[in-house]
Amino acid sequence: MTSADAYVRFSGVQKSYDGVTLVVKDLNLDIAPGEFLTMLGPSGSGKTTCLMMLAGFETATHGEIVLDGQPINNVPPHKRNIGMVFQNYALFPHMTVEENLAFPLEVRGMDKADVSRRVRDALNMVQLRQFGARRPAQLSGGQQQRVALARALVFEPKLVLMDEPLGALDKQLREAMQYEIKHLHERLGVTVVYVTHDQSEALTMSNRIAVFNDGVVQQLATPEELYERPSNAFVAQFIGENNRIVGKVREENGQHCDVELPSGELVRALKVNVAGVGTPTLLSLRPERVTVAAEPGSLPNVFEARVQELIYHGDHIRTRVRVCGHDDFIIKVPNRTGHVHLAPGETTMVGWHVEDCRALDAA
Amino acid sequence: MATTTLGDIAATRPVATTEALRTADGMPLRTKLERSMRMARLRAFFLVAPLLAFIVFSFLVPVGKMLWLGVYEPTFANYMPRTAAALQTWDTRDLPSEETFAIFVDELIAARESRDLGKVASRVNREFSGARSLLTATGRRAADFAGPDAKQALIAHDATWGRTELWQGMTVAARSVTPAFYLNAVDLRLNADGTVRAQDADRRLHLALFWRTLWLSALITGLCLLLGFPVAYLLATLPMRYSNLLMILVLLPFWTSLLVRTTAWIALLQSQGVVNDSLVAIGIISDTNRLSMIYNQAGTVIAMTHILLPFMILPLYSVMKTIPPSYMRAARSLGANGFTAFRRVYLPQTVPGIGAGSLLVFILAVGYYITPALVGGQSGQLISNIIAFHMQSTLNWSLAAALGGVLLAGVLILYWTYNRLIGIDNIKLG
Repeated sequence: MTSADAYVRFSGVQKSYDGVTLVVKDLNLDIAPGEFLTMLGPSGSGKTTCLMMLAGFETATHGEIVLDGQPINNVPPHKRNIGMVFQNYALFPHMTVEENLAFPLEVRGMDKADVSRRVRDALNMVQLRQFGARRPAQLSGGQQQRVALARALVFEPKLVLMDEPLGALDKQLREAMQYEIKHLHERLGVTVVYVTHDQSEALTMSNRIAVFNDGVVQQLATPEELYERPSNAFVAQFIGENNRIVGKVREENGQHCDVELPSGELVRALKVNVAGVGTPTLLSLRPERVTVAAEPGSLPNVFEARVQELIYHGDHIRTRVRVCGHDDFIIKVPNRTGHVHLAPGETTMVGWHVEDCRALDAA
Repeated sequence: MATTTLGDIAATRPVATTEALRTADGMPLRTKLERSMRMARLRAFFLVAPLLAFIVFSFLVPVGKMLWLGVYEPTFANYMPRTAAALQTWDTRDLPSEETFAIFVDELIAARESRDLGKVASRVNREFSGARSLLTATGRRAADFAGPDAKQALIAHDATWGRTELWQGMTVAARSVTPAFYLNAVDLRLNADGTVRAQDADRRLHLALFWRTLWLSALITGLCLLLGFPVAYLLATLPMRYSNLLMILVLLPFWTSLLVRTTAWIALLQSQGVVNDSLVAIGIISDTNRLSMIYNQAGTVIAMTHILLPFMILPLYSVMKTIPPSYMRAARSLGANGFTAFRRVYLPQTVPGIGAGSLLVFILAVGYYITPALVGGQSGQLISNIIAFHMQSTLNWSLAAALGGVLLAGVLILYWTYNRLIGIDNIKLG
């Protein structure tokens, strides 16, 4: 994407609340029209601050925010025409659902007939046709969430911001709403900037994810890319579960490198982010990419493992083994017909591909 | 939330059978539940019993007794029971019969001997001006008029005894249970035949005073709202360390004696006071045109607004504190400018606080006594000052009780109206 067709553009944005520390350090981010971009990160990573700067509730200390070709640093929030879904929905408690939806249309001076038609359409869109006369307090959490969504969309903004909108829902409802929001986004073609600290939410919904930590975007990539190929140790830890093995680079050859572990084993890994021979590195390996009961020689990396603990998860069995001197090495054994049944104390061979074992910076 | 789910459940469940449910041992469920709850209920009752007793004896009983005093004044009937009985059968048009006069003179002598004549005289005086001196003067020589021709003798002694108005007044006074005081409290008078007439023009003052009390209370409530709303907003939105300081400033007056605060206003507002001196010094007013801001209505309004302000701020604050800032942000993001967002989203949510604060301030103001007494002068007196006057100076407790009763009724009507318009459950005191 070239910067010309970016719909939203952060360039060199910095934010400080106290004049001493930077909450957002030099943010450069282009968001394409119609994109679903998620800002993912732990609390205090600066993701919500970025969203609030985009919405206009916080001013950027430095840098420029451009919306549809216009710099908006000095545009007040009510003139930005950006829809927003708040963490606790912020539905006006003294208005009915219909009045809540009519509010953004009325303040735009739309005539009554248009308002009621659009409100009706918006209610249909979120399947709450018969709830128009209720107060928000008379709705369930999921229904309130849908009203908040409809209210942010009813005035047809091109950009919608969502600040952890599913945080207050229970797990099942949250998953259902994830698909609903995703489908709405696909149908309406609006640009969505979504903030969450829930990585599975980010993975299922987004076109691209910006992983925030310490005020800096650590990696900006598609969900698949992010999960499969984390570019640094923080991302690898934050997205999904990882086995982390510390070692030292012994030899580099092309795409690969050999890493020597403190316990003496040699692991062949994919060279992603290493400083050179002799430097420390962190090997990152997904638990589901480990093969149990591997024949020696069938895989580039095969080691002996002693089963420490088995935890039944239903769809998989989480197996903790001791391998290469690491006591907390996790393997996910899928609960398939005829899968390998292990018992605590048993010894087995485990192995993995070079591509699944990524040598990263030793942060 | 709850209503939806409950409704859904009710709709999907089969209708309950009419047969009463029973516990496992065959006892009706309702009885069993009652029994299991009884201990808890008894314990709760005993916990509140002391307070309940205290309220009954120190509040309900005195108030009830006071209200009863407003319709019950037995002085005349107590000391002149036979005259009272005789007057009840009188047709109230021509003078009473010889017999009634004779009974009256007998009881006049008795009352004078037992030194109770003064009380009777004051009671009659309230219905007929000048009756006090007439009764005491006649009482001194009452023995001379005793006998069958008491009527001629009394009229010969003082022609006033021949006026039917006097006897009509006595008839009204003779009724122990009487609406006379309540009628008096709203500037009406009771005739001896039970009809009602307007109070004499020079004695009409209660209604005007009631209206002034209502109007000034409304004005004070409005001023408190105007001044208190921004303060409460600041309290609710400022960062903690500033809002704590502000809260102390708001509460500070509560820790100072009411008397001291009122006196401070005198020092500020009197004609040689700080405000006038400053205005003269900077040349806004001339030395001869000093503003009179105290010992009149202005003094009452200023001092009472100041004193009642915390009662407006605190309920407003407690409501505003519960309004998350995200509502205003949501309104702004939806396209409303600051003013529209405030008017349509913030303000409506503070209505419970405005209602609670206004009702509290108004009801307190309507019954306020000490401040108007100190700084109100003549034009700043409220109805409670006249009540105190009747309690302490004229000792007309029945009239004081009737005025208090009217005031209570007025406040209850207001409360009822408020409940109809806004709903009392919409009030939030904190």
